[in-house]
Amino acid sequence: MANVQFDLVSPERLLASVEASEVQIPGADGDMTAMEGHAPTITTLRPGVLRVVHSGGTDEYVVSGGFAEITAKGVSVLAEQALPRGEMTQEVFDEMIADAKAAMKSAEEVFKNEPGPVDDAAKLISDMVAMGGHIGLTSN
Amino acid sequence: MPSLKDLKNRIASVKSTRKITKAMQMVAAAKLRRAQDAAEASRPYTERFNTVMTGLASGAAGSASAPRLLSGTGSDQTHLLVVMTAERGLCGGFNGNIAKLARSHAQKLLAQGKTVKILTVGKKGRDVIKRDLGEHFVEHVDLSAVKRISYHNAQSIAKDVLAKFDGGEFDIATIFFSRFENVVTQHPTASQIIPAQFEAVEGGETSLYDYEPSEEAVLADLLPRGVATQIFAALLENAASEQGARMSAMDNATRNAGDMIDKLTIEYNRSRQAKITNELIEIISGAEAL
Repeated sequence: MANVQFDLVSPERLLASVEASEVQIPGADGDMTAMEGHAPTITTLRPGVLRVVHSGGTDEYVVSGGFAEITAKGVSVLAEQALPRGEMTQEVFDEMIADAKAAMKSAEEVFKNEPGPVDDAAKLISDMVAMGGHIGLTSN
Repeated sequence: MPSLKDLKNRIASVKSTRKITKAMQMVAAAKLRRAQDAAEASRPYTERFNTVMTGLASGAAGSASAPRLLSGTGSDQTHLLVVMTAERGLCGGFNGNIAKLARSHAQKLLAQGKTVKILTVGKKGRDVIKRDLGEHFVEHVDLSAVKRISYHNAQSIAKDVLAKFDGGEFDIATIFFSRFENVVTQHPTASQIIPAQFEAVEGGETSLYDYEPSEEAVLADLLPRGVATQIFAALLENAASEQGARMSAMDNATRNAGDMIDKLTIEYNRSRQAKITNELIEIISGAEAL
């Protein structure tokens, strides 16, 4: 089966660049799997687990947000914050949750009469908690 | 004419100065490498981000519903200048050049009757700006405790700037930083971040993408990230420039100290020789007089 070129980049470094047979992406509207010949798509990400299947096995990465560019030949994921699942510890998770909660608090202050941004922030937190549940971390 | 002892002390002091500048140069060289690596590592992200943004922005720019971060507020009355400098001095003209560029930009805007607000990042720039344009200074971001600039730092600055924009405090934001070319050349640069500017790719291969959730939603999500990305790139360039500037400044200082030591040593030897000759003349003429 033909492969797609998969790149995972965060602002600070290039995390992965491999030939993958399939890539599972936590899209904002739901998970999607990109394989060779996928229609060109740009999607935003929600916090979640990115799964890459390649000839050497399956890699999993935790991403906190960003976007993905999918073409027939490749998948580029530009994540705001990304790390291999193995490096995802309770401390990092707690930090992420704390950040999201702080963001929600400031959104509540700035946008008192607009529910939009506050709801977005609340969704971000629940997405993160769900992601934590998925990989076996709990939020307090 | 300084005495022999004075000269000796002078030489010793210049020698220890040379030791310090040499050490600073070597530290800067090591830090420069790290800063360059960091700038290099961020490049793939920035490049891809800009490609996607350019495609998106060129599609949305014409429409009336384009987000304000892209189309602007429709006015250009209030300008926010984000001046990024170093936290430390002793790096040649680095801080001065950035501050000078920002100052001339501010004065030009003021002459046109615009309102100018200034946000500084880095202690050195704040000092200069406060002295000359104190009444326009609004805020300072302190990064002196930060050893390695992370995306997080850029994000918090971006958040601050975006909150001000949403609050209607300014119309146009420009960042001032130094672009790193090589160790001896750094260019102070001004770059407008709000409203976002992207070079339109003429007839580029803009493949038709599906957008999820929707084109507008993706654009609205990406534009604030774009601000953070640009600030992050500028911070990294600045960090590399600072170390480069410090390295060449300290290299110069080390060389100057070396020249000075040579000169002082020659002077020292001459006056020692003169003293010996003098003593000899006194002895000989004393002996002859007998």
